[in-house]
Amino acid sequence: MSKPLVIPVDQYLHPSLPDVWFGVVMFALAMYVVLDGFDFGIGMLYATREDDHDRETLLAAFGPIWDANEVWLIAFGTMTLAAFPDVYSRLLADNYLIALGFVLALLFRGVGPELREQREDEQWQRACDWSFVGGSILAPFLFGVLAGSWVFSVGAISLPAILTGVGLVAVSAATGAAFLAAKTGPALAEEMRDLGIVATLAYLGGVVVLLAVVIWTDAGGAASTILSVPGVAIVGLSVVAGVAGIVLALRDRYRAWLGFALALPVLLSLLVALLLYPEIYPATASGTALTVEMAVVSPLALNLTTILGFPVLLVVLWYFKFLYSVFSGPIESEGYGA
Amino acid sequence: MEPPSQLFDVAFGAGAPLDGTALFLPAEFASRVQFGWTISVHILFAALSIGLAPFIVYFTWKAIRTDRDRYERLRSFWLKVFAVGFVMGTVTGIPMSFQFGTNFPQFSAVAGELIGGPLAFEAKMAFFLEAVFLGVLLFGRERVSDRTYFLSSVLTGFGAWLSGFWILVVNAWMQTPQGYEMITRNGMEVAQLTDPIAAFFTPRMTWMYVHMINASVIAVALLVAGVAAYIIWKKRDAKAWQTALKIAVLILIVAAPLQAVHGDAYGRHVEDTQPQKFAAMEGHYETGTADLHLFAIPTSTDAIMDPSEENLFAISLPRVGSFLASGGDFDAVVKGLDEYEQNPPVPLVFWSFRFMVGLGFLFIGLAFWGGYLIYRDRLSDSSLYLKLMIAASPLGYAALLTGWYVTEIGRQPWVIQDVLKTSEAVSSTLSSTEATASLVAFVVIYIGLVLAALYTLRWLIEGELRELGVEESPNDHWYGPIPELPGVGNDE
Ligand code: HDD
Ligand code: HEM
Ligand code: HEM
Repeated sequence: MSKPLVIPVDQYLHPSLPDVWFGVVMFALAMYVVLDGFDFGIGMLYATREDDHDRETLLAAFGPIWDANEVWLIAFGTMTLAAFPDVYSRLLADNYLIALGFVLALLFRGVGPELREQREDEQWQRACDWSFVGGSILAPFLFGVLAGSWVFSVGAISLPAILTGVGLVAVSAATGAAFLAAKTGPALAEEMRDLGIVATLAYLGGVVVLLAVVIWTDAGGAASTILSVPGVAIVGLSVVAGVAGIVLALRDRYRAWLGFALALPVLLSLLVALLLYPEIYPATASGTALTVEMAVVSPLALNLTTILGFPVLLVVLWYFKFLYSVFSGPIESEGYGA
Repeated sequence: MEPPSQLFDVAFGAGAPLDGTALFLPAEFASRVQFGWTISVHILFAALSIGLAPFIVYFTWKAIRTDRDRYERLRSFWLKVFAVGFVMGTVTGIPMSFQFGTNFPQFSAVAGELIGGPLAFEAKMAFFLEAVFLGVLLFGRERVSDRTYFLSSVLTGFGAWLSGFWILVVNAWMQTPQGYEMITRNGMEVAQLTDPIAAFFTPRMTWMYVHMINASVIAVALLVAGVAAYIIWKKRDAKAWQTALKIAVLILIVAAPLQAVHGDAYGRHVEDTQPQKFAAMEGHYETGTADLHLFAIPTSTDAIMDPSEENLFAISLPRVGSFLASGGDFDAVVKGLDEYEQNPPVPLVFWSFRFMVGLGFLFIGLAFWGGYLIYRDRLSDSSLYLKLMIAASPLGYAALLTGWYVTEIGRQPWVIQDVLKTSEAVSSTLSSTEATASLVAFVVIYIGLVLAALYTLRWLIEGELRELGVEESPNDHWYGPIPELPGVGNDE
């Protein structure tokens, strides 16, 4: 066995590297929930638009960015596989139908808009619209159920998991509305504002119900974590961000509203991380609980993914800056303005 | 002839499902069929991106540089195809990576440390690159400079080639694993990475990468040629499409012979590293000297199911198999399939291999004939050639798929050669109800997806013909009688 490169073989680059990777995986999850979240929101709000001009505006907003956003899901998945393979296999095997249902919902969401523009035929376009809207609602719901089933370890068909799914749908609608309000003309923005406020209230209400259920049933032993200082802080901040967003929206300050709206899915991901850590996969029928330390790969593998992967991750963040600056202008039905 | 259930027995071992009693398929069987089916569809789109990338770069370059309408036309047409293919590649790719966890969790747990890294690099280095710059390529023509625009086409194509690289690192490791050590983690025997360079650059890696990239280029060149031939068929003087046909044929002249030469050497490498698979490719059952079958046809229906020597009419080079295997000894003993406990389904492997190789030689023929026609400057005037190229447009894909069937099915019963059996890799918690339900969903939805892709291509071609001013008339189907070629010299 040759000694490869200069990468340490027997110990992690830093003793806390496994924990850092837990953070990296959660970061990718947050990026996904935030970025694809407003894509889902656009898809849901699309259903409320009757007028063809409005619909094309929404599709123009969605077109250039959704695919890059969706890659964060793959980054989340593959980095989990690379750092915590047992978590990847158990999470997906334990939630077989939910996981595959979710990717199929993503499939419908993705192909709908692409196929729609290929043919000027009303029935065809209606079918594609259904695919887009249906996928945009079902995907965040099932992803939320998957996350809920992971965190609370009470199975996918349970109140906590289903409420997490509903919460993710609501928060996606809220961020989608804020994104569109910030990026479209005044007429559309006003309607987005009203819908966004409803969605934000629904989300906050949903979170309260979810937490009440979780504390009441102590699902996955989560009650004490939620009632701890960081738990209460995250929930409190969510309420503050939600209310601040609503106030700003009512004053037509859409860009600032978008900022606060995007804080909601970030805080939600933070809550997921808090509820899991230091475990990364709770005990289920498929086996005992795994802590970060137990699930992590060996030092050489993790060191290598760190040294090769981190610079690339920085480049990726630069890509996103570039992409969003190219498409930074206000959106018209023909595409992004100057 | 054997009853069809026999085929499944041969293909999937004992416990095959067609005993007529069970309503749901066994979870292992359903998982394997599902994985094979979904990757077969995914790879169609992946190969489209890989093979089309150089065309897109070239057309974009020429469109910017020469201002000639014909390149702008080709750029915009094929970019639309690329965009649709890319979306389909994306939405079918995500289920692929999920199935590692949903259907083959033991595989993910055992090999995660080895394959997770490359898969994560693929996402971070390749998918992001491709997705971001394709966004610019599709929606940013007016928003960025010519230079940035051209660069976006290069980076998009590079992303496609890079994602092929990383995914094949994974697959090549599964064929010829090295750079690892088995350890126990959480009570399970798993592979631990010990030498990353050995693990990433396995013996199979470069073979596979060259062969796969070249196969994608061939498949797409045939597709481009077929579409061009069809449009020329309808409209003789479509300048842009004459150019496209010529470029595609020139690419084939290089790529098709290269594939055969490379494939021949590749075969010997497989023989060295996976002798059991090679024996299945050659239908070599008994240990002893081996002949090399250049060409084989079944002499009875039995031979289809059981392609062994006595059942075939074959043109063989006696003992050349031994010669090749040993590197120079005609009498060398080659291990036959009889010596292994469990074998891959030989007929599938044997006939898939012959199908691929046969098509490979057909492509060489088509390429050289096209070269001759270019030399005589009548590439767009030979009705027969146009017809053949239209008919051949899906065949590159057929060769690509069957080549993969050789690789993947020939490796059975192993999912990681000599390390992990497929039967040990599948989920132990998966019920046959769930597995059957998802299989049915994937079959139905993916058939819809492939049809949608084919219809889209058809609509794009119809749109192009409309723009070229071609009227639809009922009697000029390409498979109909050879039409008069108005205005153009039909013969020399
Ligand atoms: C256009 C498609 C195409 C064409 C024309 C050919 N191949 Fe191929 N072949 C493939 C597409 C392909 C592939 C992309 O499907 C495979 C599967 C894995 C790989 O690396 O490439 C493959 C694999 C593959 C293997 C390895 C199987 C394994 O890994 O077990 C061999 C030995 C050959 N090919 C040999 C040939 C020969 C002798 C050809 C003669 C003309 C040929 N191929 C043409
Ligand atoms: C990195 C790339 C790939 C990986 C990691 C991979 C992995 C796997 C796995 C885990 C299985 C299931 C076990 C089995 O039944 O063999 C499988 C089977 C299969 N794969 Fe691959 N594969 C890859 C590429 C491909 C490609 C490109 C194709 C092309 C079509 C393909 C075709 C198949 C088929 C047809 C089966 C079913 C074989 C059978 O059930 O007997 N694979 N592969
Ligand atoms: C089991 C094996 C495979 C897995 C898990 C897998 C996974 C994926 C995923 C997740 C995507 C979506 C990326 C995006 O959103 O942009 C994707 C796309 C892609 N895959 Fe695969 N893939 C597999 C096999 C292959 C093979 C064998 C090739 C070719 C050698 C390939 C080439 C590509 C390419 C070029 C894309 C970009 C999308 C496109 O251009 O169509 N993949 N793959």
